[in-house]
Amino acid sequence: MRFKKIALGACLVAVSLATVVTTAPAMAQASGKVQFFPSLTGRTGPVAPNATPFANGYADYMKLVNVRGGINGVMTLVEECETAYATDRGVECYERLKGKHGGATVFQPLSTGITFALTEKVANDKVSLITSGYGRSDSADGGIFKWNFPLIGHYWVAGDVVLQHIAKQEGGWDRLKGKKIAVVYHDSPFGKELLPIVQERAATHGFTLQLLPVPAPGVEQKAVWLQVRQQRPDMVIMQTWGVMTSTAIREAIAVDYPREKMFGTWWSGAEPDLKDIGASAKGYNAVMMQHGAEPQAAVIKEILEKVHAKGQGTGPKDEVGQVLYVRGVVGAMLAVEGARAAQDRFGKGKPVSPEQARWGYENLNLTQTKLDALGFKGVMRPVSTSCSDHMGSSYGRIHTWDGSKFTWSSDWLQADEQIIRPMVKSSAEKYAAEKKWTRRTPQDCQS
Amino acid sequence: MTYNAFVRVEGMPLIVALLLGGLCAMLVGVLFGIPSLRVKGLYLAVATLAAQFFCDWVFSRIDWFTNNSSSGSVAVSGLSLLGWVIDDPNEKYLFCLALTSIIALLAKNLVRGAIGREWMAIRDMDVAAAVIGIRPMYAKLSAFAVSSFIIGVAGALWGFVHLGSWEPAAFSIDRSFQLLFMVIIGGMGSIMGCFFGAAFIVVLPIALNQLLPAVGQLVGVTVSTAMISHAEYMIFGALIVWFLIAEPHGLAKLWSIGKQKLRLWPFPH
Repeated sequence: MRFKKIALGACLVAVSLATVVTTAPAMAQASGKVQFFPSLTGRTGPVAPNATPFANGYADYMKLVNVRGGINGVMTLVEECETAYATDRGVECYERLKGKHGGATVFQPLSTGITFALTEKVANDKVSLITSGYGRSDSADGGIFKWNFPLIGHYWVAGDVVLQHIAKQEGGWDRLKGKKIAVVYHDSPFGKELLPIVQERAATHGFTLQLLPVPAPGVEQKAVWLQVRQQRPDMVIMQTWGVMTSTAIREAIAVDYPREKMFGTWWSGAEPDLKDIGASAKGYNAVMMQHGAEPQAAVIKEILEKVHAKGQGTGPKDEVGQVLYVRGVVGAMLAVEGARAAQDRFGKGKPVSPEQARWGYENLNLTQTKLDALGFKGVMRPVSTSCSDHMGSSYGRIHTWDGSKFTWSSDWLQADEQIIRPMVKSSAEKYAAEKKWTRRTPQDCQS
Repeated sequence: MTYNAFVRVEGMPLIVALLLGGLCAMLVGVLFGIPSLRVKGLYLAVATLAAQFFCDWVFSRIDWFTNNSSSGSVAVSGLSLLGWVIDDPNEKYLFCLALTSIIALLAKNLVRGAIGREWMAIRDMDVAAAVIGIRPMYAKLSAFAVSSFIIGVAGALWGFVHLGSWEPAAFSIDRSFQLLFMVIIGGMGSIMGCFFGAAFIVVLPIALNQLLPAVGQLVGVTVSTAMISHAEYMIFGALIVWFLIAEPHGLAKLWSIGKQKLRLWPFPH
């Protein structure tokens, strides 16, 4: 009886506290001149080890921008919302954050599943989506996808660069005829998005594909790798993310598949996947979306000096400069530079609206000089977007794990736009036909 | 199925597509309900769990269902009802509210009617029910049929009106467990309980998400987003255990007890 009274009392206190506490912060929120960048994080869930450095890099670069004086004086504001890589939580975070602090400038969901869901909504809500290196590959066609920006790369670029590298290693595309390439992929829209390009190349050059889907979250791969041991493909391409990658590599070690013949895409080759395995994973390759692990880059050194040294770092210091951290920095840089481009057109010194920011992302012109000045010398190549091309750059390079760190094992490779552009266009048009969207008019491109 | 109805038939009205989706779910539900004629209780729960994995496999592997989409993810846009285009979250809410009210009323009527009494009789003691002339097969399969229809319509609404796109992972086993917990926590055998259970499972994590940083600020502790996510799980799990101990008949029972006590004081009538 007494316990019930205590429990009832506790509930009443909690409810009253809740009402008091939730009204207070609403009044305390400042609404000054800020450019709001929401951050959808995956700090928990199946991709936590990989998505956490990305979120930290994103937040740290935004802090650096503020230290450098903001975007022509306008400070950036980052608010995080945890999605745990789940589509419904991502959608809920999006709905909650899109109108805050004067309107979210851009969303970077870091999840293909969430991107697919949000693609439906952003056209109505008029806010951009940057999906660098993931999401819908056909969203590079800006004539159909007005609000999606797969800046600096998508999965078809990754697949093409990997296959070009493999072909180069073998001595030419004709040497691939008759070879067998296995694709171990996450059984979800993320994993399946790689398949069209590898199937296209396989049809053209005569190598066979062995498609091996792995059900999410990807910790059960014994069956898949036993098949690999049986079939002995010449190469294995991996489209994995999060814990699935390290599981795959461990299984490959268990069936003694040579790591030199394994090629991950850019979400499947970072330190969290490999550092626990260490020397046994030596020789594992991954294609990188321009940047890799960049501890020597000027921007990284600046972050260490101006953000971490002042105790403002978002995550642990030894993460700074790692592959996924740098990807977060690059993502933040693209977000900020788009807003800056929009400010150059619509008025410097004041925050840009989400629609104006969209114009900025569609008219990005990051020359090598600009990138070097921002601290990205040697990390990135020029990016130039337009109405019809929302990708802006299609370069990649391969890095290899040497047991304790990554080293570059290829030159800059450019994905073959002759093959990819028609695929993007036809896929985008198929989507538009289903959704009854029409291609944008030239006047719309000028706005 | 709703997606297929939309995509393959030009100009399919929204309600018809939703109902078609519900009908297909009903057929599948009846098919997987057949084991209920032989097994009961926990064993039946496990047998029907097979439906989860079978459907997952079917939608991943058989391309016809996703209209040969290369990514396996499908979406419909431009949902409209008699010229009223539904794209605002408020409009979506109203649409779902209207459908939910209608279906809840129909369900309540079913429960109060003859078929509902048959279900209750089978639930309480199926041998005795068979003795007094209730056909077990009809009652059990109709229970599966009605609940599958409702869940089919709900799934179509959730996938297309709320999320916007559908992928197999969105309907994973975690989702099935969530639905099971909604019913258990809300109170089995009660329509009101379903609403309570759903509110608990859906709203509580969001409320915690908003509340925890605010409470943390009060005591001067910054709560990181990862910590909020972990805390959600912990508090949520603890509450589920507490509810099951304190009131095994669920929130609906707590609500009816609350009503009784409130009628004594301060709202006697």
